[in-house]
Amino acid sequence: MRIERLLRLPGLAVFSLLVGAAVAQAADDALVTKGKYLARAGDCIACHTSPGGALFAGGRPMATPFGTIYTSNITPDRKTGIGSWTADQFYGTMHSGRFPDGGLIYPAMPFGSYTKVTREDCDAIFAYLRSVPPVNQPNRPHDLRFPFNNRQLILGWRTLFFQEGEYQPNPTKSDEWNRGAYLVEGLGHCAMCHSPINALGGSSESQAFEGGLIPMQNWYAPSLTSNKEAGLGEWSIEEIVDLLRTGVSQRGAVYGPMAEVTFDSVQYLNDADVRAMAIYLKSLGEGSPPGTEDSGIPAPESSLLMNFGQTVYATHCASCHAADGRGMPPDYPPLARNPSIQMQSAVNPIRMVLNGGFPPGTEGNPMPYGMPPFAQTLSDDEVAAVVTYIRAAWGNRGSPVSSRQANELRTAPLD
Amino acid sequence: MVKRKHAVGSVQKVMRRGNPSRALLWGAGRQRFAIVLAILMLCPTAVPYAQPTERAPDTMEARLLACAACHGRQGEGTKNDYFPRLAGKPAGYLMNQLVAFRDGRRRYPPMNYLLEYLPDAYLQKMADYFAALRPPPLPQAVAEVSAAVLARGRSLASEGDQAHGVPACSGCHGPKLTGMEPAIPGLVGLHASYISAQLGAFRYGTRTAAEPDCMQLVAASLTEADVTALAAWLASLPIPPDPSPVPKGTLPMPLACGSEPN
Repeated sequence: MRIERLLRLPGLAVFSLLVGAAVAQAADDALVTKGKYLARAGDCIACHTSPGGALFAGGRPMATPFGTIYTSNITPDRKTGIGSWTADQFYGTMHSGRFPDGGLIYPAMPFGSYTKVTREDCDAIFAYLRSVPPVNQPNRPHDLRFPFNNRQLILGWRTLFFQEGEYQPNPTKSDEWNRGAYLVEGLGHCAMCHSPINALGGSSESQAFEGGLIPMQNWYAPSLTSNKEAGLGEWSIEEIVDLLRTGVSQRGAVYGPMAEVTFDSVQYLNDADVRAMAIYLKSLGEGSPPGTEDSGIPAPESSLLMNFGQTVYATHCASCHAADGRGMPPDYPPLARNPSIQMQSAVNPIRMVLNGGFPPGTEGNPMPYGMPPFAQTLSDDEVAAVVTYIRAAWGNRGSPVSSRQANELRTAPLD
Repeated sequence: MVKRKHAVGSVQKVMRRGNPSRALLWGAGRQRFAIVLAILMLCPTAVPYAQPTERAPDTMEARLLACAACHGRQGEGTKNDYFPRLAGKPAGYLMNQLVAFRDGRRRYPPMNYLLEYLPDAYLQKMADYFAALRPPPLPQAVAEVSAAVLARGRSLASEGDQAHGVPACSGCHGPKLTGMEPAIPGLVGLHASYISAQLGAFRYGTRTAAEPDCMQLVAASLTEADVTALAAWLASLPIPPDPSPVPKGTLPMPLACGSEPN
């Protein structure tokens, strides 16, 4: 008996060690899974992976008004990635916008948003990044013009535009609203595009989500606080969820940079989180008056431009978007009362007419319907007329577009 | 003489929008808002929401109208010199091109932009769709080169130029130049400008394929005069009654090709 027991003991020890290891492994796996999900919410992949390149190996060129920034390798490669970093250092980088050696990070990295992410979530993302295959790919030096190649300038930028601190829940709002705000303001870094960017490349907190032209890309990121633009106060929660998650909805579809956000990020988020984001986003637009300003464009009968636009529309657009502009949603988006057609900036509708586009192919909408490009078919005058027409017909209230505006966007970069 | 890759000179402008004054936009009082709302409700041109509308046809044709503008509704091509016919090309070839455009291995900004956020499964469906179409050919363009140039093109296409390491087109693209499954395209039914632009793109590296990139080698061994002759000759060929590519492995290829592993 005694001997048997003695013999059994080491076995037991090995067994409990194995169990312990298995439990630890399961906990690690759970952390990595959570981190992978949160990395999706933060859309790390969009910038830190080159098209067709290795996952998170960086090297993607990001054109900015100050020169080109090349994104960094965040794989766990010890030499060229972040393999030698600790969880403390990773959190410090996300939270403070400084490298572990104290060096300042260019604000192309949205640390102004990521500072709102909790320590716990940062740790999970770090655990996930540690789990991906290491890739030996040295970071490419940025190609910034003088004086922007001097990182010390970032100190000034930080003083003006950076406020460090994790997200503080608003106790007067629901848990769902707070979860949505945390995702939109934090990992989602929506303010990077949806806030006006000033000449210093900064956006101030007081103007958050008021919309702006995305520098270099020439897409307009509409205001999320005004119902005259993409304010979602008048949309149902279901419509917002559909748009964010599948890329299409009864009200409109996403193209360009927002298609990337849906494709790489939001489509992977769970129902509860997308719904929470929708609730928060809807609240941003609530209380804003609907778009009611007169466009100043006379009725079709009295305006040569509108008449011409109507003719172009009937020939090229009406077969999908319908003569009354209602489209065939969610496949062919409606144009009547679609706020993205009527926004103060006409950049997006002009670009769509010139270049066409597909909404992203997502799990919820795996085979999207594409809009044809018309750059090779329509003249500048025709583009201007048809965009003016859709901005003012059917009760829409956008301002007229000139053929010069149409011409300028022919040379806008497509990548 | 191999010229270096042309830099694509996209004009990049920095445009900044002045920030509209919030007060100006939002300053309307509640009273004015109510009036405006009343006007809106009376406005006969405003289209109300929640009216069910017709869905688009659940077909690839309806989904791919974006392609039709340049490639024709049935992938038959258009009169435009630079846009190719797609119909009947092997699905593997079309898929390789769709992925190469999406991932930037083949550079053409309008295509790179359109395909950027589309998943493989959908691209495969597009490739299968166009590969299966057999629309009638477009009217044949008349060659604008001399008989001697056409003869040179014919000789290059059917025999190659052994002295300069140029294999015959027909060695891989099939005796009728209708391609070979799964990934070698047909060369008939294309515009001369398109063919010469592609040979240039292979040579200058704006169009690349899986290694070994056989067409890059072939294009690099052609002279400018060869390209002109080949493009003119190929564009002058009528599409045969059966434009289907020959089956996989029909031809012993003279070159190793990453896109068409033997």
